[in-house]
Amino acid sequence: MAIEIKLPSVAAGMEEATLVRWVKSEGESVAKGETLAELETDKAVMEVEAEASGVLGRVLVPGDTDGVPVGTVIGVLMEPGEEASALANYPAEPPAAAEPSPAGAPDGAPADTPRSDRADTAPVPRSPRAAEGAEGRVFASPLARRLAAERGIALEGLAGSGPHGRIVRLDVERARDSAPAAVAAPAEETVAASSERVETIPHSGMRKTIARRLSESKQQVPHFYLTIDCLLDELLALRERLNAKGERAEPRYRLSVNDFVAFAAARALRRVPEVNASWSDEAIRQYRDVDICVAVATSGGLVTPVVREADRKGLATLSGEIRELAHRARDGRLAPADYQGGGFTISNLGMYGVREFAAIVNPPQAAILAVGAVEKRPVVRDDQLAVGSLMTLTLSADHRVVDGAVGARFLAELKVLLEDPLELLV
Amino acid sequence: MAQFQVLVVGAGPGGYVAAIRAAQLGFATAIVERAELGGVCLNWGCIPTKTLLRSAELFRQAQSSGAFGVVMDGTVRFDIRAAVAHSREVAGRLNRGVRGLLKKHGVQVLTGQASLQGEGRVRIEGGDGTQQVSADHIVLATGARPRELPGFTPDGERIWTAREAMTPQALPASLTVIGAGAIGVEFASFYAALGVEVTLLEAAERIVPQEDEEIAAHLHARLAEQGIDVHVGVRAEAPEVTASGVRMSVDAAGVRFDHHSEKVIVAAGIVGNVEDLGLENTAVQVEKRHIVVDRWSATGEPGVYAIGDVAGPPWLAHKASHEGVACIERIAGLADAHALDPDAVPSCTYCHPQVASMGLTEALARERGHAVSVGRFSFVGNGKALALGDSQGFVKTVMDAHSGELLGAHLIGPDVTELIGTYALGRTLETTELEIMRTVFPHPTLSEALHESVLAAFDRGIHA
Repeated sequence: MAIEIKLPSVAAGMEEATLVRWVKSEGESVAKGETLAELETDKAVMEVEAEASGVLGRVLVPGDTDGVPVGTVIGVLMEPGEEASALANYPAEPPAAAEPSPAGAPDGAPADTPRSDRADTAPVPRSPRAAEGAEGRVFASPLARRLAAERGIALEGLAGSGPHGRIVRLDVERARDSAPAAVAAPAEETVAASSERVETIPHSGMRKTIARRLSESKQQVPHFYLTIDCLLDELLALRERLNAKGERAEPRYRLSVNDFVAFAAARALRRVPEVNASWSDEAIRQYRDVDICVAVATSGGLVTPVVREADRKGLATLSGEIRELAHRARDGRLAPADYQGGGFTISNLGMYGVREFAAIVNPPQAAILAVGAVEKRPVVRDDQLAVGSLMTLTLSADHRVVDGAVGARFLAELKVLLEDPLELLV
Repeated sequence: MAQFQVLVVGAGPGGYVAAIRAAQLGFATAIVERAELGGVCLNWGCIPTKTLLRSAELFRQAQSSGAFGVVMDGTVRFDIRAAVAHSREVAGRLNRGVRGLLKKHGVQVLTGQASLQGEGRVRIEGGDGTQQVSADHIVLATGARPRELPGFTPDGERIWTAREAMTPQALPASLTVIGAGAIGVEFASFYAALGVEVTLLEAAERIVPQEDEEIAAHLHARLAEQGIDVHVGVRAEAPEVTASGVRMSVDAAGVRFDHHSEKVIVAAGIVGNVEDLGLENTAVQVEKRHIVVDRWSATGEPGVYAIGDVAGPPWLAHKASHEGVACIERIAGLADAHALDPDAVPSCTYCHPQVASMGLTEALARERGHAVSVGRFSFVGNGKALALGDSQGFVKTVMDAHSGELLGAHLIGPDVTELIGTYALGRTLETTELEIMRTVFPHPTLSEALHESVLAAFDRGIHA
């Protein structure tokens, strides 16, 4: 009995994913639990595993396809010894859609969509499959086939630049350069042969996403930067007193300076809502809620889980949420709902002793706050040199949305809130 | 003023092919030639020399025909005048053939020296006086000529270029060939076969420096066997024409010796014909006496292109032809225009034994970072070669050990110039070792050696 391979819903709330590539090719044997294909959502890469041992009988959605709805039958697994006739019900080539697929399937789309309907919502591969012949035969040079197989690149998804659309080596090499390298070892051998002193680390899905999003941001968003120093002596004293209470509280809490910054930023965003916004070609979208993303460094790269309605939460609650999200991020357990959305981001490198830095705006958001270390510095008080605890904040903003004066007003509000924590009460 | 869409300057194998392709694609096309249609290749290069080498081959076979049961009573002798006359006849036939082809395709032939005046205008002098024409696209295919060696100014009498060397009135008693590239070894081989005492001088550390090292070593030994006195790493200097020939000083890494021979052939490379073309009126760049072009043969001047020998090495007729076609198709905006892959250009040398190659030498492949699988097969193990009585030499195939890509092929031995095309086809089709292994090569043929060498590259050789 042929087993349909459906696009799994790996994370709660996930509606669709990009089918990055097939790890197995048609006709290849697979063991139960082996990875068949790789998926990618906004911020995570997932694998589709074989439910049972058998042979990958047919690929219905080629690699490198965007917006595949959850539940779509992406391929068919045959049991060992099963005849190919079991595949008779499945098209020999991925269904072609008349129009590009909608951005997302409707919420709660039934997982088992009837096949006849699927053609309407079937995803479209990114590039034309010019090399595909009338009977679904793919015209590719032997060298192209071998290189593609080694790198796990599906020929079906490639456009051939050779005569009559034949896929040649160059096409595979271009696909390799634009797609993730195979995680499997063989691809490394050729590279290693020429560069023994360089270790080649294949891109993870997350690394690719980071690279793409940050490159786009730095290239397309007109950044500008504002820096301000905040005197934290009063805030630190308050923090000490609160934390002393927190040890005996139920539940217990322990507030970090960063928690105060997030708490204060949420209120500053309420006072200067123009910063809590994003750019689109049609209009500026100003958010009604104050949802703040907190950058967390993980072994795989940077993630930015979001604290919803941060301005409506007490300090201890906010602190607890940030801590929990950071834990989940480091364990790779973030659900899409944990990181989707958000109107503003805070990135803190103070714990490394970084005094100040300029972060890259996290699109589509309009601004990101870079938080430096709290350190004792000389300050001038009443024309006298004194020692104060200072922290430097740098706001990076998208000038299309946030003008210089608006950004400055936001920082001024934030400075007031942090330097005089009584302000936080009102 | 006559107006054309495409004007090709030079009617050698690059120019006339480009002109025909342009006419095929519907361009109003003209070609300018100051000498013979067909260029050096047809008239003074490839074709007449191959005819002469065929004469030498027949002579060599006639001398050894007894072993095959063909007994020639009396003497077998070589008539150089008849051989030269025959080669001129063949060249003449091809020259007329080119004229016919150009006419058939409606290409207008203009006679004279072309000179670019800028902005698509070209002055043509000679033949029927001076005329001005203009063209949207000008393809320079003016070819190249032998490089002169200091002191060895060709005089047509004692010091020859290839042209005199292929039209001798009589055989000299002794001959020195300076330069052991393809042209040099072909003449050395030709004259040695006819009993001339031949000395071959090469400045590089080995003969046929462009070829794979193993091929060069094998050829060196075979030429020496034929009685050719081969010296590598030497420079010929201070020539002095004497009553009986040319005396020169040969510098072999600091050790000098005097050398004398009746005739000298200078075959020390070639230089592009870049002079008198009016290039100073354009933005065309010339470097090392060749026109600088991109991979589609475009020069620094919009609308001016250069193909073939004048645009740099390898100096091969088929390279010129392919560049010409690619250049014209690019001009026409054809979607499937295809620039020449320099690693898929075969080269053939018709000395005895023949040498043929394509792609990367083993050394170059390693230099480029390939892990290589190299397979060799000697013609001693090939039935057809034994039947021909010519079983020396071998086939060497260089493949990428990882991807199985065909990187290069290097052959020396009987009729290998006819085998190399198979490799070129394989390279173009992006073969891996498997397709060659699975191909049925007919028995008994020399092509089986090609098959075996690929098998050997992956330790699967059957007959070795």
